[in-house]
Amino acid sequence: MNAINNQTVKQKLKQYKNKPLSIILLSLVILSSAITVLILFFIIIYILIKGIPHITPSLFEFKYTSENCSLTPALINTFITTALALLITVPLGIFSAVYLVEYAKRGNKIVGVIRMTTETLSGIPSIIYGLFGYLFFVVQLKLKYSVLSGTLTLAIMILPLIIRTTEEALKSVPDSYREGSFGLGAGKLRTVFKIVLPPAVPGILSGVILATGRIVGETAALLYTAGTGTKAAWNILKSGRTLSEHMYLLSSEGLYIDQSYATAVVLIVIVAGLNALSSFLAKKITKG
Amino acid sequence: MSKYKEKIMGGIFLLAACTSIIAVILICFFLFANGIPAIKEIGIFKFLTGTDWRPSNDIYGILPMILGSIYVTAGAIIIGVPIGIFTAAFMAYFCPKKIYRILKPAVNLLAGIPSVIYGFFGLVILVPLTGNSMLTASLILAVMILPSVIGVSETAIKAVPKSYYEGALALGATHERSVFFTVIPAAKSGIFAGVVLGIGRAIGETMAVMMVAGNSTAIPGSLFDGVRTLTTNIAIEMGYAQDLHREALIATGVVLFVFILIINISCSLIKRRNEN
Repeated sequence: MNAINNQTVKQKLKQYKNKPLSIILLSLVILSSAITVLILFFIIIYILIKGIPHITPSLFEFKYTSENCSLTPALINTFITTALALLITVPLGIFSAVYLVEYAKRGNKIVGVIRMTTETLSGIPSIIYGLFGYLFFVVQLKLKYSVLSGTLTLAIMILPLIIRTTEEALKSVPDSYREGSFGLGAGKLRTVFKIVLPPAVPGILSGVILATGRIVGETAALLYTAGTGTKAAWNILKSGRTLSEHMYLLSSEGLYIDQSYATAVVLIVIVAGLNALSSFLAKKITKG
Repeated sequence: MSKYKEKIMGGIFLLAACTSIIAVILICFFLFANGIPAIKEIGIFKFLTGTDWRPSNDIYGILPMILGSIYVTAGAIIIGVPIGIFTAAFMAYFCPKKIYRILKPAVNLLAGIPSVIYGFFGLVILVPLTGNSMLTASLILAVMILPSVIGVSETAIKAVPKSYYEGALALGATHERSVFFTVIPAAKSGIFAGVVLGIGRAIGETMAVMMVAGNSTAIPGSLFDGVRTLTTNIAIEMGYAQDLHREALIATGVVLFVFILIINISCSLIKRRNEN
């Protein structure tokens, strides 16, 4: 933060001697940005410092007991949930986006409806998804509190994200690619799969990773769909908590603050890693 | 043969695209079908304006939660929006490239941190200072809406033609004046969309609020009183609620859902006006 000021502060002071408003605005701008960055660093560094000393081998034991508070089962459940939800939603989302970008004709009414519903879905809070998942999957379809119920709920939740990022990725493929492909006599389907989708892959992947981040961080939608079972749900019809749920339950009990810090570290490392990967891929598109 | 394939795949794409329509219909149907009967049974007026929430006596008034949601969200907006807009202005007009390379990922990471982590952080750092209170919840939410406000505002500010800024400079305004009195007013509807997005985030947040807000069912009298929002009301009691109590919670979800729909619709109206 200091580096820029060194160069300009002296000149600015001279220039702005009789312009207090400008100085106030400048300091507010710098202050606000500093607050934004400092809050993030404070949260992360505080949790790392408090949490890393409590990362012990017992935290990673294969079975959870109330003594070791192992997070391994929750980690496995997070992995299962993420993999299944992506498996369902990624193809659906990509196909939706392909329809919207490549197939739908301009002014098509259904496109407007699809856009509107997708926007609506992306604005619905996770607790409403949780409520819906409970009413529909848990009660109506009789799936009970299970990883499957949770997964299906999250699959709907990340759908708008996948559609939107895929749409953007497809739109960034130049039209000349499509024209070239049609010009050589390829059909629409072949053009989509062989010509348009491949260069869009990094953009789609960055969306998929963002969606993974949302699944890993989700709690409210899972409490009453996946339930809070402490075992690894190798059988997805059984209840099982994910890492975020585990983190919430640990900290709300009040007895396991140390373990909560350690779990928070693991969660932050996963989320930060996903974030970095996503922006790396996003950069790749703007370059290529 | 290949013509068939084209037709079939085209149909599949269309079908996939309809999933979101089906999802919205299902969500609306299940929420309303399970929530409306309870509202009818309790009485819509009693339900929305009742100040007591005592499930053990079958008294269900959600006015405290409606007010709680509004207060907490307003607090988050008052604290978060100025910081967000100033930061967005910094990113668009003040920031050297080197700092941008840190700031942008930092904002993205802020958006990616799970709400339980925010809640936990609030629990261990803020609650000892400001208690389980409305203030604490507003502070945490203010941080949580920052990325939405910053992201949308930055895009809006950057979309204003450079000539506005240059014109102001040429008339002798300082850099700051040019940005804040010509560029930002021109970007105001975009910034407003960011604020509305932030309102949606804040009103829908559950976990972080639940962990720091104290969750008392009384209407909060001051910033330091505990508060319960619509979201947390559902999350706290859904685990053990039965019969009418359970339906009343679903009805709480219906009210929240209607709130969110209104916010979404106004958001897309703003967007449409911008595009025209």
